[in-house]
Amino acid sequence: MIAGSVAASLVLASPPARGWLESSMSAQMLLQLPLLAAIGVCSASAIPAAVRGALARWDRWGISGLLLASMTSLVWMLPRALDAAVDDVGVAAAKYATVPLLIGLPLALSWGRAGFVLRGVFLAETIATCFRLGWLYRVSPERLCSNYLLDDQQRLGDWLMVIGAALFLALMGKLLLGRFDFRTDAQAQEGRH
Amino acid sequence: MDTLRTLLLSLLIVIAGGATLGAATDGLRVFTTESARRLAVREHAVRVPDLALQAANGDQIALQDLRGNWLLVDFIYTRCQTYCSVLGSDFARLQDRLAAPLASGRLQLLSISFDPEHDGPAQLAAYQRRFGDRGSGWLAARPLDAEGVAAATRAFGIRVLDDGLGGYVHNASIALVDPQGRLVRIFDAGQPEVVAAALQAVLAQ
Repeated sequence: MIAGSVAASLVLASPPARGWLESSMSAQMLLQLPLLAAIGVCSASAIPAAVRGALARWDRWGISGLLLASMTSLVWMLPRALDAAVDDVGVAAAKYATVPLLIGLPLALSWGRAGFVLRGVFLAETIATCFRLGWLYRVSPERLCSNYLLDDQQRLGDWLMVIGAALFLALMGKLLLGRFDFRTDAQAQEGRH
Repeated sequence: MDTLRTLLLSLLIVIAGGATLGAATDGLRVFTTESARRLAVREHAVRVPDLALQAANGDQIALQDLRGNWLLVDFIYTRCQTYCSVLGSDFARLQDRLAAPLASGRLQLLSISFDPEHDGPAQLAAYQRRFGDRGSGWLAARPLDAEGVAAATRAFGIRVLDDGLGGYVHNASIALVDPQGRLVRIFDAGQPEVVAAALQAVLAQ
């Protein structure tokens, strides 16, 4: 699994893939960053149980992990950071390291520990961020990234709002029609024993 | 105990995350590359390297030769229908507003083309005429080759992108170079009155 994650990272970091994924602002934000985060999510299964147990003691209800993922995401949402990751190899390396390890991995490890309320807050904030950023990119008359064109930025804004709306509808559907287990995964597992 | 540990770790994450965000935004002051460049120039003047240029009258000039005076520099390409029109009329209006220092040679306006292949002396002269060049203190020039363009745009932080329609997209701004040849300020295009007021203040010192 670790080998697979490393291989996937290397493929994404290869000049042709990187060139294509960074050729537009939409590809960088909607493909490259999510793919990197997904690599982190997939790597979680490779963490040994002992390490997981040790981490869990510092991550009650998944708070630390979700906080870490949120703070890291905030940095990679800055137009200046997106620009710098294209122009500066050091910043690019930081992006390739931190998005899987500090966003994807903690999300995967902490989501199961998070309870109903924390998950709800996290999802609501994700939806709100999609709309905030999407609206900003849609209406800004200025190019926020020096490396990308205005129509690209506006298209990304539209996509972010579509994604925000889809997440909102999915969440609403789940709330209205879905079945809920209000216990955390750990509690559910204990209950099953 | 786990709760306390989580609280401690969360606190550390918030502190480290806040510090990273602060550093990435120069203390929450800049969020884009362009605003970061303007702030950086204002806080630390940047030395502009010497650049070899060919002027609209065909003469070769060096940026070095223009030292000793204040310089307002913009970047254009003459086929441009958008930003460059704003910049062109800005410079014509600055010729009116700053007529005295331009006439005395304390100030010089310089438009540099980043498309030297298309912008020969004739095109540069036509560009100046199109915006009503008042005939005093405004030079239009082109770098001699692609390397010259790269050096010039790098020195002034100009980013030129292909617009996919045969033209370019670029940041439209006016840079102020002091008599020592240092980039000290960057102004928005389209506000010649702001540039004129700032220059009058600088020249009065």
